[in-house]
Amino acid sequence: MLSKEKIEKIRRTAEKYRDVPAPHGEDIDLSKYKIEESRIEIDSLEDLNEEERAKLENIGIDTKEKDVSGSYLQINNDVVYTRTKSKVEVIPISEALKKYDLDDYFWNIVEIRDKYTARVALERTGGFFIRVPKGVKETMPLQTCLLIGKENASQNVHNIVIVEEGAELNIITGCATSPHVKSGLHVAVSEFYIKKDGKLTYTMIHDWGENVHVRPRTGVYIEDNGVFINNYVVITPVKSIQSYPTVYCAGENSKATLQTVVYGRNESKIDLGSKVVLSGKGSRADIISRSIADDNSEVVARGRLVGEGEDIKGHLECKGLIISDSARLYAVPELDARRSNIDLSHEAAVGKIAEEQLIYLMSRGLTEDEAVSLIIKGFLSMDLSGLPPTLAKAVERIMDMTLEGL
Amino acid sequence: MKYKIIGGIMLSIENLSVKVEDKIILKDINLNINIGEVHVLFGPNGAGKSTLINTIIGNPKYKVVEGGIYFKGRDITDMSIYERAKLGIGLAYQNPPGVPGVKLRDLLKIISKVKWEEIERMAEILNFKDFLDRDTNVGFSGGEVKRSEILQIFAQNPDFIMFDEPDSGVDVEKVKLLGRIINHLLDKDKKPADRKKSGLIITHMGHILKFINVDRAHVLYNGVIACSGGPEEILNTIIKYGYERCIACYQKRK
Repeated sequence: MLSKEKIEKIRRTAEKYRDVPAPHGEDIDLSKYKIEESRIEIDSLEDLNEEERAKLENIGIDTKEKDVSGSYLQINNDVVYTRTKSKVEVIPISEALKKYDLDDYFWNIVEIRDKYTARVALERTGGFFIRVPKGVKETMPLQTCLLIGKENASQNVHNIVIVEEGAELNIITGCATSPHVKSGLHVAVSEFYIKKDGKLTYTMIHDWGENVHVRPRTGVYIEDNGVFINNYVVITPVKSIQSYPTVYCAGENSKATLQTVVYGRNESKIDLGSKVVLSGKGSRADIISRSIADDNSEVVARGRLVGEGEDIKGHLECKGLIISDSARLYAVPELDARRSNIDLSHEAAVGKIAEEQLIYLMSRGLTEDEAVSLIIKGFLSMDLSGLPPTLAKAVERIMDMTLEGL
Repeated sequence: MKYKIIGGIMLSIENLSVKVEDKIILKDINLNINIGEVHVLFGPNGAGKSTLINTIIGNPKYKVVEGGIYFKGRDITDMSIYERAKLGIGLAYQNPPGVPGVKLRDLLKIISKVKWEEIERMAEILNFKDFLDRDTNVGFSGGEVKRSEILQIFAQNPDFIMFDEPDSGVDVEKVKLLGRIINHLLDKDKKPADRKKSGLIITHMGHILKFINVDRAHVLYNGVIACSGGPEEILNTIIKYGYERCIACYQKRK
């Protein structure tokens, strides 16, 4: 439940921003994308047709649901399936709004600031509400999938994740279009709350089509000793993605690690960044991004560390490979220090594939194409040492599958 | 393909001249290495040893301006680097590049022509098992690089193997181990009739040669092969008189 004041405030702000473009990324004409309903209901992910199952499996979703603690599936704007095998609560956001007082969680760390967030606030919107009760440490990953199932559909999402005190959860999110869908829009608001001593690992694989626009808006709030690990992977072509999630390390000794792996291909326009505000005493952040710009793609890799708290430490590592003369790779690492006694650093490097590595691998019998693809896979490989072993294995498997087609 | 011809030629280099960028580095090189033979190449820094190896492997930066290279009877002068590797030419690099994100285990599996169990056994002998899950050559010490290269060569299993300074930066007690493994990789622990491999070793001072059965030595000086002969004889001459003696010998011949 939301208070009347909150509902009114949301409505008023959304009306105000209904037509306001975002500061980054190309402006999208929202009228082209219709807000569809999906009246499908399924009893298990295996009820999906073979093509859809294959598509989901490609982005790491276990459609047999063997090694997962729960599943969530949204098609267009409707939740068609939720299941949980553990103490973790997974319900549609619409239900959560009836069940809980969410004034302090709903539109709280993500603000309505552009036409995309306004659309999520004003129109039919799906989304998940996940709550990990105090002290529950779930090691098996929970999987959430978001499918655009109809041509030119606008998929609106509002997610909330609450990891209560001392709780832990690993979420794998796969986003894709149904096999026959070519064009669409995905607008997703995600608000994550990690309470004292909580830990959330969030791994997201995107596999959109070449005519899909994507505008996620994400905010994460971390309390004392809380840990947030985010892995984001986009390897297949997309029309455009623009996202600049913000993580607030507000608690003492809170910690955030954000890894982004991007492969810009064909005409993709990708503008991605991570921003961490370090205000909690002794809080830590690592932003790591690996970007490749190929074909006619445009890739912008942003990163911003804001140092506000005592004894904070942050590092930003941004590496890029540009392998086509008609591509563009623009790296923007920013450090914003607002007090003394802090430690912020960054390293950024953009270059081509090293000739020496290529010759080395070819002298071992790899063709030039094989050598290039191995170097690219290596470049895009993520550091999984921070993940629990079962999850690291799952992510490794997903990465292998995603990179297989290269 | 099987090669049973004893005394057949593995590698033949004829009147080879090579330039890098616009500079001629190698001049009129002639060299024959028979199947079952191991040759060693001496020479001071800058003599052209690495150029010769890079030209044989097919590194495109090294341009053949004259002459040719023949491998198992085929002209490979204009062949690409990976085709030569496929034919059976291998190189254990002195300073290989790191390949970030590519685990040594995965690279070994890609290039391997032998069973994985055998690679694991070799990794065990080299005391290198802990490195299989590391990124290939990234952050490896001098000695670790050599072991990584030997293990890759073992997996690749080429018929003709070149070793570029296999003992540089290696602890004295490890030189013996590496030398013995190289001897094994080159079939030198087999009966002469069963030897199918050949090798070319570049070394500065030849400490490792105590453990490898070498057939012939050459001295490369200023881009030419100044002198060839028995490995011991040549090594002793170099130690005793330095490379000057070789030039003198070469100039006299001319």
